[in-house]
Amino acid sequence: MRLIAENLGGERGGETVFSGVGFALEKGQALVVTGPNGAGKSTLLRVIAGLLPNAEGRVSIEGGGEDFPSIASACHYLGHQNAMKTALSVAENLRFWREFSGEPVLDIEEALEAVGLGGIGHLPFGYLSTGQRRRAAIAKLLVSHRPLWLLDEPTAGLDKASESRFAALMMQHCRAGGIIVAATHLPLGIDGAKELRMGVTV
Amino acid sequence: MSGRTEGGAQARASQTMLALFLRDIRLSIRAGGGALTGVIFFLAVIATIPFGVGPDLKLLARIGPAILWIAALLACLLGLDRLFQADREDGSLDLLVLGNERHMLALTVLTKCLAHWTGSVLPLVIAAPLLGLFMNMEPISIGATALTLLVGTPAITFIGAAGAAVAVALPRGGLLISVLVLPLTIPVLIFGVSASYGAVAEPDPFLQPFLILAALTLFLAVLGPAAAALALRHGTD
Repeated sequence: MRLIAENLGGERGGETVFSGVGFALEKGQALVVTGPNGAGKSTLLRVIAGLLPNAEGRVSIEGGGEDFPSIASACHYLGHQNAMKTALSVAENLRFWREFSGEPVLDIEEALEAVGLGGIGHLPFGYLSTGQRRRAAIAKLLVSHRPLWLLDEPTAGLDKASESRFAALMMQHCRAGGIIVAATHLPLGIDGAKELRMGVTV
Repeated sequence: MSGRTEGGAQARASQTMLALFLRDIRLSIRAGGGALTGVIFFLAVIATIPFGVGPDLKLLARIGPAILWIAALLACLLGLDRLFQADREDGSLDLLVLGNERHMLALTVLTKCLAHWTGSVLPLVIAAPLLGLFMNMEPISIGATALTLLVGTPAITFIGAAGAAVAVALPRGGLLISVLVLPLTIPVLIFGVSASYGAVAEPDPFLQPFLILAALTLFLAVLGPAAAALALRHGTD
């Protein structure tokens, strides 16, 4: 499986945010997108996911087979928001996304153990702290299988121990043949990750 | 679609939609879900009318079905702005849109509409017979009005979904949605009320307007979610 972007450009409200971005990722590779605020890291991730139209160029996935013919069907998108409902319990939230996304992998409890939140599945999501919420959102990546992870500031709000635990999860995903594209300010600790530096174009 | 059998894909789609339906129902009945706002508004409007109109029982009975329908229509529009906005604020909407490849976004929207209707509008229909008593309506008139509300109100939700999808990015979109949607709901109101009157006023037919009302609901069940899905697909930013 390959993720290929050629001469990709994105815009927000008619303003070009970035242009001429190109990369090719084989399976097992990770790309860390860095750059100052406003450089277009989030826009790039949304363009890759197909949530924003690409202003120019193209991005596609190859070799996904019948199960993952397009990027939208092959990706987990973890945005700034956690996509969890505060009124539902953590387990209810995860169970819903597991059912909705399909391709189930880990149990709810196993996924929560993996992010260090074992035993709190019964709590309403709204009771959790910022870091715990982020970890619960990361558990969402583990309950259903997607080869491509698009992560927007995945470690925002995480403490040191959780950061390293998440780094281990990302490496495990890469070793299993997954692809990661992560936008971040902080070092993520993925060994052998490629880096894409985005500058402000204006 | 995957290489698995067609039947398997259908079973998975219906399971997924059931999960979405149950989640939205759960959200609407938990704290802050707002399932009761519509009913309370409905109750408030109907309870106020007799004070405004005065103690003329005949007049109340005559305008009863129309008042019930208008109040139900406005109560339906009340909670519509949250249909997609809540999902947009917490980022769920992005994932629902990305799920388009596995199960059509229009189907997801239809499921959300049905959950919204069951959670917020069905209570209105259940409360309508009780409120019909306030309006001094005859039993047969109450029954006919409740039946037309049951059949007609889903249409309002389906049109409303399209309005809600267009206005999803606006922070105070509630009023805009009502204004956008209200003209489109007028046919539903007209046929709903005329069927309700047809049941009691002798020469007027009941069945014809009632069937047109049912047809409107079925038609909009397809058109509304499809339009809403289109708006959501192009409205992400």
